[in-house]
Amino acid sequence: MDNLYRDFILEHYRNPHNSGVLDPHDLHFADSNPTCGDEMSMTLRLDEAKERVTEVAFDGRGCAISQASASILTDELVGKTLQELKALDPREVVENLGVPIGPARLKCALLSYKVLLGAVVGVEARWPDETDMLTGAAEGGASP
Amino acid sequence: MAIEQAVPGVLDGTALRADFPMFDRPHRSGMALSFQDSAASSPKPRAVIDAVSDTYGHHYANVHRGIYELSEDATARFEGARRSLARFIGAPSEREIIFVRNATEAINLVAYSWGRTNLATGDLILSTEMEHHANLVPWQQLAAATGATLEFVRITDDGRLDLDDMRERLARGPKLVAISQVSNSLGTINPVVEVTRMAHEAGALVLLDAAQSVPHMPVDIVALDVDFLALSGHKMMGPSGIGALWGRRALLDAMPPFMTGGSMITRVSLEGTEWNEVPWKFEAGTPAIAEAAGLGAAVDYLEALGMPNVRAHERFLFERAWSALSAMTGVRLLGPSDPEQHAGVISFVVEGIHPHDVSTVFDGLGVAVRAGNHCAQPVMLRYDLPATTRASFYVYNDLDDVRRLVEAIQAAQKLFGTV
Repeated sequence: MDNLYRDFILEHYRNPHNSGVLDPHDLHFADSNPTCGDEMSMTLRLDEAKERVTEVAFDGRGCAISQASASILTDELVGKTLQELKALDPREVVENLGVPIGPARLKCALLSYKVLLGAVVGVEARWPDETDMLTGAAEGGASP
Repeated sequence: MAIEQAVPGVLDGTALRADFPMFDRPHRSGMALSFQDSAASSPKPRAVIDAVSDTYGHHYANVHRGIYELSEDATARFEGARRSLARFIGAPSEREIIFVRNATEAINLVAYSWGRTNLATGDLILSTEMEHHANLVPWQQLAAATGATLEFVRITDDGRLDLDDMRERLARGPKLVAISQVSNSLGTINPVVEVTRMAHEAGALVLLDAAQSVPHMPVDIVALDVDFLALSGHKMMGPSGIGALWGRRALLDAMPPFMTGGSMITRVSLEGTEWNEVPWKFEAGTPAIAEAAGLGAAVDYLEALGMPNVRAHERFLFERAWSALSAMTGVRLLGPSDPEQHAGVISFVVEGIHPHDVSTVFDGLGVAVRAGNHCAQPVMLRYDLPATTRASFYVYNDLDDVRRLVEAIQAAQKLFGTV
């Protein structure tokens, strides 16, 4: 538990980076995690060629894991092309949190990824396959 | 925080934990498990596990079929469990007990069989704002299928049924009132006797979702005077996959079958079929035989403890926990404060910390609680909350669990720096 709530996770939770709503924007998506009532939206601005991200912001309410995950993920997005965003590996999103994420909290950790994917590819964005995510990812996650 | 020990609990929760093998399981926190999520599903005593195992090991054959000793043995045990359950809830006849998978299936059975036969456009179904999705979604589906209207009795800011609002809605002549005896998300105990009297005066039948009450307090169908009652085995120490619907015999006799197939018939030809009598008319296919035996053993276990004692024990723990949590800064409690109107279920919000984070911190301290919307999203909307944390007590809890609940909240507040 203490592993999960390391200081930098709590710091991102209390003072999230890239928080807010961009208006106008080129891309927007909102989604929720019905099991815990978390809600998140993301807005992105693109360069003139509509290829690269120039600005990104997220907004919403939720647990420390979902909020920190959005803060950390959005820090990585400026300068990336849409193709690169589509190719993001959700496992990396989880690994970038730097804390062990067990099966019960995976949806929290991945909400920002799902909202980003929704903004880029549209409503057909799906939750990544959790079985894949958990393979080797969850040190201290699932109990034996 | 010191938890006052002046009045002892009626039951000895610590001693009773020895009956439940699950408490032997080591927890990854290194601490003994403090299980406070019985409202979701309860651990099973050894007697229930043995009854299931013994059925499969020594008494198993299909029921109501074989003309041989083993099948007669299995049938006698299966029907014996039905008799035990009928006695446990004060059913006038065991023939009125229908085995189903769980309370959800019991409610769906009524919604499909009784509802689609008896409701039409313009009819009114009355439920409440505090229901579990199991006592809400089937009625939405029924309303959509029949053209009936579905309304919800309001609840007060402290989670009680608004009886004035109910009176007004009853004046419009609903055909059915579907209500829980105990709210799983708020812990509220509804005044069922009064509700039933009012509903019957208005000409409505009453379906009681008793999934959260039958495991925790004496329930007597005759005294409550309801018309249907739904319960789940897994919340009352029984196996998952078995529950029951009780209904008045005259209502059940008049209802068409829900699912059809084997065992629920008396005569089948290629042209048509005659239905079996109740309860078998509603039990198509091979039932949950060993699970029924397990449920019978759970009933025996609870009867040996005495349901008035179970209720008194949980009320004692509720009062201590409510008082301790009320005294904490940054903790908001939901539901009525009156212990007469509140079961051993406490839904709360720790300000500034999402319930999932609260629950994860708790888990690190060996305290298992539920975090989320408790399958009652309209309740969360009613109080403008994304979710709550919920602690719920049963016979194996004691004051030590209350102490660990308080300490876990303090640990979460310290970690998040909110107090």
